Amino acid sequence: MSRPPVGFKVNGKRMRFNGAPMARLSDVLRDELGLTGTKIGCNAGDCGACTVLLDGRQVCACLTPVGQVEGREVLTVEGLARDGKLSALQVSFQKHGAAQCGICTPGALMAATDLLARVRRPNADQVKEALGGVLCRCTGYQKIIEAVMDAAGSPAIPRAPAAEGAIGARVPKIDGIAKLTGAERFGADAIPKQALWLRVVRSPHHRARFTIGDLDDVLRHAPGLARILSARDVPSNGFGIYPSVKDQPVLADGEARFRGEAVLALVGTREAVEGLDDAGLRIEYQPLPPVMGLDAAMAPGAPLVQPAKPGNLLQDGGVRKGDAAAQFAHCAALAEGCFETAFVEHAYVEPEAGWAERKGDRIEIHVTTQTPYMDRDEVAVVMKLAPEQVRIVPTACGGGFGGKLDLSVQPLIALAAWLTHKPVACIYTRTESMASTTKRHPSRIHAKFGCDALGRLLACEVDADFDTGAYASWGPTVATRVPIHATGPYSVPHVRTRGRGFFTHCHPSGAFRGFGVPQGAIAHEAMMDELADRLGIDRLEMRRRNALKAGDRTATGQLLEHSAGLLDCLDALQPHWTRMNAECARFNQQAARAGDALRRGAGIGCMWYGIGNTSLSNPSIIRVGLSRTGKITLYNGAVDIGQGSNTILSQIAADALGLPMSDFLVVMGDTDRTADAGKTSASRQTFVSGNAAEFAGTDLRRKIFLAAGAPEGEWRDRRYRLSAERGAVVFRKDGITHRLELGALPGDTDRDALTGTGTFDPPTTPSDQDGQGVPYATYAFAAQVAQVEVDLQLGTTRVLRLVAAHDVGRAINPIQVEGQIQGGTVQGLGLALMEEYVPGRTENLHDYLIPTIGDVPHMECILIEDAEPLGPSGAKGVGEPGLIPTAPAILGAIHAATGVRMRQVPVLPHRLLAELRKHARP
Amino acid sequence: MPAYARPARLEDALQVLKRGNTTILAGGTDYYPAHADKPLREDILDISAIRGLRGISDGRDHWRIGATTTWTDLIEAKLPPLFDALRLAAREVGGVQIQNRGTVAGNLCNASPAADGIPPLLALDAQVEIASDAGSRLIALEQFVVGNRRTVLGSGELATAVIVPKPKCNARSHFLKLGTRKYLVISIVMVAATIEHAGGKVRAARIAVGACSPVARRLKKLEAALVGEQLDAALGAKALASHLQPLSPIDDVRASRGYRTEAALALVRRTLDQLGAIT
Repeated sequence: MSRPPVGFKVNGKRMRFNGAPMARLSDVLRDELGLTGTKIGCNAGDCGACTVLLDGRQVCACLTPVGQVEGREVLTVEGLARDGKLSALQVSFQKHGAAQCGICTPGALMAATDLLARVRRPNADQVKEALGGVLCRCTGYQKIIEAVMDAAGSPAIPRAPAAEGAIGARVPKIDGIAKLTGAERFGADAIPKQALWLRVVRSPHHRARFTIGDLDDVLRHAPGLARILSARDVPSNGFGIYPSVKDQPVLADGEARFRGEAVLALVGTREAVEGLDDAGLRIEYQPLPPVMGLDAAMAPGAPLVQPAKPGNLLQDGGVRKGDAAAQFAHCAALAEGCFETAFVEHAYVEPEAGWAERKGDRIEIHVTTQTPYMDRDEVAVVMKLAPEQVRIVPTACGGGFGGKLDLSVQPLIALAAWLTHKPVACIYTRTESMASTTKRHPSRIHAKFGCDALGRLLACEVDADFDTGAYASWGPTVATRVPIHATGPYSVPHVRTRGRGFFTHCHPSGAFRGFGVPQGAIAHEAMMDELADRLGIDRLEMRRRNALKAGDRTATGQLLEHSAGLLDCLDALQPHWTRMNAECARFNQQAARAGDALRRGAGIGCMWYGIGNTSLSNPSIIRVGLSRTGKITLYNGAVDIGQGSNTILSQIAADALGLPMSDFLVVMGDTDRTADAGKTSASRQTFVSGNAAEFAGTDLRRKIFLAAGAPEGEWRDRRYRLSAERGAVVFRKDGITHRLELGALPGDTDRDALTGTGTFDPPTTPSDQDGQGVPYATYAFAAQVAQVEVDLQLGTTRVLRLVAAHDVGRAINPIQVEGQIQGGTVQGLGLALMEEYVPGRTENLHDYLIPTIGDVPHMECILIEDAEPLGPSGAKGVGEPGLIPTAPAILGAIHAATGVRMRQVPVLPHRLLAELRKHARP
Repeated sequence: MPAYARPARLEDALQVLKRGNTTILAGGTDYYPAHADKPLREDILDISAIRGLRGISDGRDHWRIGATTTWTDLIEAKLPPLFDALRLAAREVGGVQIQNRGTVAGNLCNASPAADGIPPLLALDAQVEIASDAGSRLIALEQFVVGNRRTVLGSGELATAVIVPKPKCNARSHFLKLGTRKYLVISIVMVAATIEHAGGKVRAARIAVGACSPVARRLKKLEAALVGEQLDAALGAKALASHLQPLSPIDDVRASRGYRTEAALALVRRTLDQLGAIT
């Protein structure tokens, strides 16, 4: 039966669609009309990334059958700008830094456009109501709210900074506009039309042995199917982020070790691979009892998850200084407790996606990733190719937070494209993204702290155990980093800390913003609160008496020579802390009198965080090229995952060179065109790659001066003003002018005439057997105070206000620093109050909850700049620190409000109510 | 390709249904999420274009909410305070995107234990109008939903409207939803209540609790106990744990069984206090 096509208007243009009327509008927009600005985050109405306007009303395009769009008007993000002119809302987003990774931005823009058509000047509550259905994992929502509220006020994008004026300026994202117009290309957005599709068949069991039937027979009977890949097709079937630990198979070989593990990969037309029922694949599973959770993993005689790992132990390490156990006897006060945290899902709104293409004896992979060079090397290992035969071209990354540091689609699409000689694409569904990729390590942390009568810490012992899942992934990193940070940002003379990772039959636990340190902070901050309370010392004052400062030594014996600004953070928070506590006392008095169920409390959390990899070399190389036409290119191997490294590194390189950053183009991450700038992890890009960018800019400046015939050393003179003028670089000082004619430089016209290169590797030393050494070149410090309101009858907690003071060394770009702090803080709020991933049970974004725009408090950021001499213009990192103190501050505030110390997160209402009841019946 | 019909006339829709094996689709906000990772293979009857099925009309002794009336339609309609509970619930259904597409009747037909619309409509004593080729019938909402995602709708039948009878006295209603976050959240507990009153006293009460049993339940003993009580801010104190007997909450990832029971009582009391306090 033939049907008339569906006719409708998109962005004012008439369209006709001939396919199935039940096709999702989101798919039709993206796949048929090429309007990939509309994103797909869940296909279930849980995230709002696909929000478009239908006759002026916001709807989820993924829930709208195209048949219902007949005769109607659709507005997508591509239709917001008119004649190349951005809408006021788009301008406001750019001005306020409301887009980070940009994957939720189209949805947020469309929801806000709907609102602004009805309410010209909305208040914050109206914005929250209108955007309640759009999840953002990067920004913490505050800048989105500010941007929407400012849209009616004729916002303007600030002018680009002048030469040598970029560092410290609130520079809007240089790649921001594309994120606001729908032009940005993420992992799923630029897949070639002719690409084959790959779908992964995954284990439905936590643990099972399996056999696979005759796949050739399946292939013969499934038209459109080109190949079915199994373990035996993988040349070297093991990967892992450590060079010596390649324990995770690309495709499971006879035994699946977690629910969601890849077993087969179907390659063919999209219809064929999506239409084939897994039941027809003749996989015979023999389910086995799984090892779930730390207790099961440690139990004597527990089944081994990996046969070569006795006791299911991945790693055991720690730090020892002095004699903590002996010191406890001399303490005036002791605190002790055991704390538990759950699996936490990264929940980036962009699921894993990419495509690969074979070019002769090379393979090119376009993929959403945080780590192109490690991807390249790992794919090379799996495929038994030389690293140079693999090219990674990162697409825009729609959120990472550590979750895109491990391989996902990369080896599968590479292998399929290699074997079929055709481009092959794969997009994870939300469910498989959640079921198969890494999580934050669940932890059980036992801590004991002791101090003298004045509250000065004398000793601490911390034993931290982590559930690392079925494969190592970043488990060793977590088990190493946590013992170093387990004292908290305090000076403690006697320390014994230990970190262990255990295998279980769960998805691997991997890297997630903070590498275990957020879990550790929950323990050490509870200890600080308890000691303070015991001695009757104010909780903030307790931190002040112990704060690490320049001249102190850390638990690993490292002398902190500079840039330890925790005391400044605490001083900045003091007035807020005093006011919050007074306000809470007033409120609680009134509530108690009125018989009201609400109580308020204020809490404080502190943290420190070592920037870069632990005790390991982690260099970055950045290049800056100058072409014969005067074009300046930053060859930047550091992937911008939304945090803004493209902008930051341009600011740094531009000021070092002496030309305005608006003259710069950026090539990001392409392993054929950039050098290795390491992973976007460990809060390292501003500090490590930032230094490399500064050195590269300086190196190019030197080369320009020399090529123009200036005397050696003259380039150091910062009184010279540089400008790029019609094929020349001119630099002037006090009537002296040097001029470099670029056309006259030797070499190919399509190559850069001059290239500056910068390399930086943070100085660290390996640790000895007691964990003593210099694991990091520098540390970030921070403190946050939170005010909460608890409902004593329902056990619910609302965070009312949060003030964050962060020592960032130097804020290269304050708007982005604030964005990192706010976004991290809201992830910390999620960790504290709602996020708990249960394997097999919460594989979607309505059972797994992350904070919405309605859950975030007003956040104030205070930037402390205690310069780090090693950092670019004094800067350190800020990516992870925003998250770390938040949960401790919230937990402390809950205690202040209720008298209950929660030792398990998330503090779900039923958990808090149970504790409140126990507390009421001592 | 599976069949897809989007008739403009109810009669045509009923004919399609009569042929059987068709999934009924209105706003799609439950259908598509249930098929997030699956190919779409069912034959579909799309009722969104049927004339006369969308909108709220004021009859002599009832209001009629047409089957394709969306949550946003309801929020924006001019309705008396009797509908406050339903309006509050409407604003808690997903985000605005869902409210713009999802329908009130669809929420009943999907019959989730945590359906936001069911408790307020139970508290409104709503009925469901069902049409088939053989004619139409009315059935009380309490009888319409029979289990977790099960209704009495037979093959060939379509829910065409929700009927809300007009109360005899002045009436007001209120709704409270408890979830772990704001927006886009599946309820742990929901409570809706309608109070009919005259002379400062309760003349009739209807109280329903959702997400604490396979189907939201009315608390009829409590309703009876409230009749004749003074309308004031202490009305909630009349609710006792024993009144929750119809509920059978479960343990799940959102909350424990014991918690649901305790929270349900707290929310019932608050809902009643709120209703009693309105002057």
